[in-house]
Order: sequence, then structure tokens, then C-alpha cells
Amino acid sequence: MVKTEVPWRPRVDKKVLEARARLLANIRHFFARRGVLEVETPILSTAAATAPHLHSLVTAYQGPQAPKEGQQLFLQTSPEHAMKRLLAAGSGPIYQVARVFRNGENGRRHNPEFTLLEWYRPGFDHLALMAEVDSLLSLLLGTPVGERLSYREVFHRYLEIDVFTASDKTLARLANAQGFRDGVARGGQARQIYLDFLLATIIEPRLGGERPCFIYDYPASEAQLARIRPPSESCPRPLAERFEVYLKGMELANGYHELCDAVEQRQRFEADLIQRRRRGLSEVPLDEFLLAALEQGLPECAGVALGVDRLLMLQLNSARIEEVLAFPLMRI
Amino acid sequence: MAGYSTSEFKSGLKVMMDGDPYTIMENEFVKPGKGQAFNRVKLRNLKTGRVIDRTFKSGDSLEAADVIETQLQYLYSDGEFWHLMSPETYEQYSADTAAVGDSTKWLKEQDTCTVTLWNGAPLLVSPPNFVTLKVTETDPGIRGDTSGGGSKPATLETGAVVRVPLFIDVDEVLKIDTRTGEYVERAKE
Repeated sequence: MVKTEVPWRPRVDKKVLEARARLLANIRHFFARRGVLEVETPILSTAAATAPHLHSLVTAYQGPQAPKEGQQLFLQTSPEHAMKRLLAAGSGPIYQVARVFRNGENGRRHNPEFTLLEWYRPGFDHLALMAEVDSLLSLLLGTPVGERLSYREVFHRYLEIDVFTASDKTLARLANAQGFRDGVARGGQARQIYLDFLLATIIEPRLGGERPCFIYDYPASEAQLARIRPPSESCPRPLAERFEVYLKGMELANGYHELCDAVEQRQRFEADLIQRRRRGLSEVPLDEFLLAALEQGLPECAGVALGVDRLLMLQLNSARIEEVLAFPLMRI
Repeated sequence: MAGYSTSEFKSGLKVMMDGDPYTIMENEFVKPGKGQAFNRVKLRNLKTGRVIDRTFKSGDSLEAADVIETQLQYLYSDGEFWHLMSPETYEQYSADTAAVGDSTKWLKEQDTCTVTLWNGAPLLVSPPNFVTLKVTETDPGIRGDTSGGGSKPATLETGAVVRVPLFIDVDEVLKIDTRTGEYVERAKE
């Protein structure tokens, strides 16, 4: 009988390891020159991300200072909460190269464990931070200045609809015509699901072919942790001051003009928990540390999270994320 | 009825969708940063052979299709149906034109076929990869020409027409690759 070989070897050759090391060195150089401080925060937390589409991996600490039954700890889905606590304590501009974990995510561009570059800029809004992301991409990938499109413009350009006034029915018809198959549990989230589908599978592959594409000013319903700009004369509806960055049809980064209001943040967390309950997802504890920090006062700032593995995929022309990971899921 | 959720979708899985049985060919996980996750799936309709792309919300599921592949012996055709039998249970099945499709031209009585059964009825009949069939009609063979080079059409006992080397004569038995429809060699009897 042939013994099957245990695949202990790294999935990638040394060239990829070297490219990753060079990429990280270039990132650190970029921030050092701009006076942004590198920080490290814990990967483990007693609180979890509340967003209904983020699923945490859970672990348990046992030992000194733990209750008898153990202390439930979550692996971070992003270092956002801890970094905001540093900002509230007066850290000034900070960045981190962090290992983050997402349960349930595995595919061509997803691995349950990956590397996120996250940074925060006091005094910046989302537009100023977009410019800095553009500079970083140009340094790392040699890309020209990126294109900027509002969320509304991008739907108009690629699907010829006004995303804010189109009826749910129109969105449903469009999504179904593009191969979306309505499942059973549609519920009250149908509109959002159609929008996510159209953006992620129809529009996204066409974005950022030659240069980065920045999409900004999202619907208020997709604010996540971004602040919402109230309606004004020039714009009659509230918009989330949030942006995403695409290159060669791949989502690279997600940034916010950060919400600093502790009361509103608590309301959004609680709304998330209601959503989670409705979907039958596990209950997660709110991050009271973050809320306390916001109450004390988070400086006006913008922050962004950028996928380092995907940067490397773009640099090396890789079609699959495991081509840039020494040990992807199947080898751990 | 058993169901499969999107995270179980993998190539070769047989599922029911819109009343038809499908086989999954590819499954790709897609997720926007903080939004709903999807699975982009390529499926082949087992009745029509048509390949389609569908996107599912991750976590949605499809019913399993009661589809199995089995080996059956081809008995005879009555013109409307092709009758097959299980060599183990002796149970008989009849396949219609749609199920047999192009395979008819390779089906010789007593040959064993791969048959896809859906709810116990033949959905797809595939001939063996290689069949041996007698030549019923072709131009007279050219003696001594075994070097290859030229070819000519030959009609076989099942009605199939294949290109054969010039030296082949009527009544010779040939081995044919049904996947490509090509002559392989003279069959040794």
C-alpha cells in the first residue's frame, strides 16, 4: 500500500516568502516616513464583532484568573476595537499588521486566517484617507492615481439604475436576470442582499482594471462603523462616510470616517444583535471596553483595513489566495 | 429528503433545482468585506446537458437529487424505447430517446452501458468507452495497405459511420472509441 504523504511542506516557494517580506518592509517604511506608529494589540478578546456577516472563531482560556468553567475568548476579526482604544488614549496616528480570523470564509480570495493592515489617521476624513491609500498602492504596486466613484455613480455606470430610488422589485429582477437564485429565507433583508449580490458578483469583477477604483459614500444602511453624514441641500439623503478600494476586480480595502459617538455606536451594536438573533446566529458580548473608550472621547479620525495577502496576490499575479500563503487551511 | 447547503457543494454533487436534476461542476465562495456571502455555482442540467451559472446566498440549500450511476445490459430496442437490464437483479428499465440520445449509434445488444438513473428511471445512457462492431458497408479493402495514411468511411452494424484505414473490409470487426467516435484497431476475436 502506498502511504499518503503528509503535506508538511509550505504551499509556496521561497520567492513568495521573499516577496511577502519585501512587501511588509515597504509598508513599514511607508508609515515610518509619515510618522505613523506601529502598534500591536491582542488577538484574543472577551468581546466579538457584532456585524451579522462576521463570524468569529471562539477559543477558551483556562488557568490563573479564569473562572472554573474557563473564559470564552474570541479571535479578532479585525484589530479595530483595540486600536480605537489606543486612539482614545492619545496614541496619535497608528498602524498595525495583524493576523485576523473569520469563521466560515474559505475560497479563491478567502482563507479563515489572514493578514490585515489597518491604520488610523486622526484629523483625516474618508476622502483624505483615500488619498493616502492611493499613495501606498502606488508605492507597493506602482499603480497610477486611482479613480473615484460614489456608490451611486458605480451602480449607474455598470447597471444603469439609481440605486437609491430603484424599487426592491427592480433590484430583484436585475439580480435574478444575472443568475441570482432567491433562497427561502429572504426576510426583511432582501434589498440589502440584492445590492450585495449586484456589487460583489456583477460590478466588482469589472472595477479597477488599470488603476485602483475607490467607491465612497455608501447608503446609510451600510455604515458599519462609519459616521453618517446628515442630508444637506446638495444631497437630500444621509450617506455613510465609508469607502472601499478595488483593483483588478478584487476588493482590497474598506475604510471609514470613524463614528465617534458612543451612544450611536451602542445603538448600532444592539441593532446588530437583534439582526443576529433574527438570523439564529450565536449571541456575542458587546465590547464594553470600546464603548467606554468612545465615551471618554475618540479623536475625529479615519481608519482603513487593507488585505495584505490580496496585495501580494496582485503583485505576483496569483489567482488564488493559497498561492501566497505558506500554509493555507489544508496544511494547518 | 436530504439537502445540501452551499458549504457542502462540491463538484459531482447531484442536486434538484427548479424540478430538474443537476450536477454541480464548480462552486466559488464570494464575499464582500462586510456583507452577505454568496456561492457562485456552475451546474449542468442532467436532462438537457445545459450548463448554467447560479449564485446562491451562502447557507441556502438544495435538495439532493435521487440520481445514481449503474451498469446495465442493453437488451433491445422496440423503436420507441431502449430496454436495459440489471445483470444483478434482472430488473428491467426502458430508456426513451432523450435519455439515449447519440448513444444509439453505439448500442449493441448484450453490451454493458453506464446508465444514470433518476428516481429509478434512466436519465442518461452512455455506451462503453470501447465497443467492437462489425463493418456492414465500405469500399473494398486495399490489400497490403497497412501503413495508414489514407482513410475511408465505413458503416457499422449499429448504423454508425466512422473513418477507417483503407485496408478494412466488409465483415471485419473493429474496436471503436465511442468518446471520440474513432477507429482504434481491428478487434481480435
